[in-house]
Amino acid sequence: MITYEWLYVLAGAFFAIWSALSLRDRRWGNGAFWALLAASFLLGSHVSDIVNGLLVLAMVAIAGAGGLKRSDPPTTSAGQRLDFSALLGNRLFVPALIVPITAVAGTLLYNYTPLNETALFEERRETLILFGIGVLFALAAAMVWLKPPILAPAEEGRRLLDSIGWAAILPQMLAALGAVFALAGVGDIIGTVAGGIIPQGSVFVTVVVFALGMALFTMIMGNAFAAFPVMAAAIGIPLLVEQYGGNPAVIGAVGMLAGFCGTLMTPMAANFNIVPAALLELKDQNGVIRQQIGTAVPLWVCNVAILYVGAFLLWN
Amino acid sequence: MNHWPLLGIALVVFGFALRFNPLFVVAFSALVTGVLAGLDLVSVIEALGKAFNDNRYISVTWIILPVIGLLERYGLQQRARALIEGVRGATMGKLLVLYLAFRQLTAALGMKDIGGHPQAVRPLVAPMAQAAAEKSHGELAEDERQKVLAMAAATDNVGLFFGEDIFFAIASILLIQAVFESAGYPLTPLQLSVWAIPTAICAFLIHGSRILALDRRLGKAAAGGGVR
Repeated sequence: MITYEWLYVLAGAFFAIWSALSLRDRRWGNGAFWALLAASFLLGSHVSDIVNGLLVLAMVAIAGAGGLKRSDPPTTSAGQRLDFSALLGNRLFVPALIVPITAVAGTLLYNYTPLNETALFEERRETLILFGIGVLFALAAAMVWLKPPILAPAEEGRRLLDSIGWAAILPQMLAALGAVFALAGVGDIIGTVAGGIIPQGSVFVTVVVFALGMALFTMIMGNAFAAFPVMAAAIGIPLLVEQYGGNPAVIGAVGMLAGFCGTLMTPMAANFNIVPAALLELKDQNGVIRQQIGTAVPLWVCNVAILYVGAFLLWN
Repeated sequence: MNHWPLLGIALVVFGFALRFNPLFVVAFSALVTGVLAGLDLVSVIEALGKAFNDNRYISVTWIILPVIGLLERYGLQQRARALIEGVRGATMGKLLVLYLAFRQLTAALGMKDIGGHPQAVRPLVAPMAQAAAEKSHGELAEDERQKVLAMAAATDNVGLFFGEDIFFAIASILLIQAVFESAGYPLTPLQLSVWAIPTAICAFLIHGSRILALDRRLGKAAAGGGVR
């Protein structure tokens, strides 16, 4: 059976190659950082928690000291790229489409045909595993078709990876922070505080506090999944459903979406907001968030209205 | 109740606001929060290490970078631009509104992996949006160009967030179901996912009109520049 562990070995090998190329390029900080990440992928399942913890702290130390720099491996010029683009035409899109098509079509095929009886993939892990397989297909296709120098995919990948830099592991780091927050009981404390500030008797005010709590706590934690159980336990279920008799399906579904409005407005949602700013080489790290606030705020207001109308006015 | 762990949240907010390295801010806040909650430092480091290790699947997605980089070496971004330049009547507004609808619909059908920033926005959507904007408004000033790129990324996010919950077998719907079930309110995923539709429609109308407004503003800026 193919499990996540296979993907970790694959990714570990990629990061190890990027580390070696960085060292060859005399970028010691980058080399050390990607070597530690490679070690985490290759050995993380076999060493103790404290070793993994120290590995994390070492990566943080390198990033915090400014040890990661952009890199500039040799590549084609803008003029050559235009020529290639004219020569190769729209067929260039084909390798790029192999990855999502393998992931999406493969997932559908695996789940809705007898294929899933083969138990080829670890349960509920098939999409990401198929994504990895798609990457290998696409790489093989592009290598055979374009015949680039053998190190070209690694060097081009390194250019992109180094333009993302430390932000590449920020989403994973934030997930780890969420786990430590949960261990420290941060969610329960916030729930108690939020539950304590609501005036008695006003359904509408309670709806607003619930939706606001979802958005704000999501902004702090970087994702609505951490906020939802806390706000549901503090306000959604005891007050909106039990005390005021609201429709639980609306309160759950639209409460979560109010949290998603918060996701659009926070640098803590790094993979959606900070990583693309790095990938697009924006001058302003918060440039994507700036374009999203104008959508998120009115949409949050819509969610409050939908919650109030759907869960109370239409329900009772 | 011990309220001190909340200081960890304050550290994150101030650390980000003061523009310290975010990785450093997050790790420092995790250590402080754990210690303030009464855990010893070694157990906090262990918890951080275990959680980081358990979440490695998040960073696996970077293995796509060699594919994107290799295709960019052979002119993928230039090809994306050329494709838009060849379409008569293509504007940035129409293009991004169409992408918003495409992203919402495919996500609503469970195909949320079809877009995304490394695999779709950087190599395709952003260069296409820039090409379409330049086609109707001429060369863009640098800050205008950056706004167009940021709007392309924002459109991917909005389309994903407010499409995916219409699909009933998605993590967030299952989480809502689990939370309500453990409180004694069994709900079906379908009951929940239909209530994502009104918000999805609002998201399309609000974000779609903001895209079109940005396109019009670019036009004014370009025309204003022409008069001078």
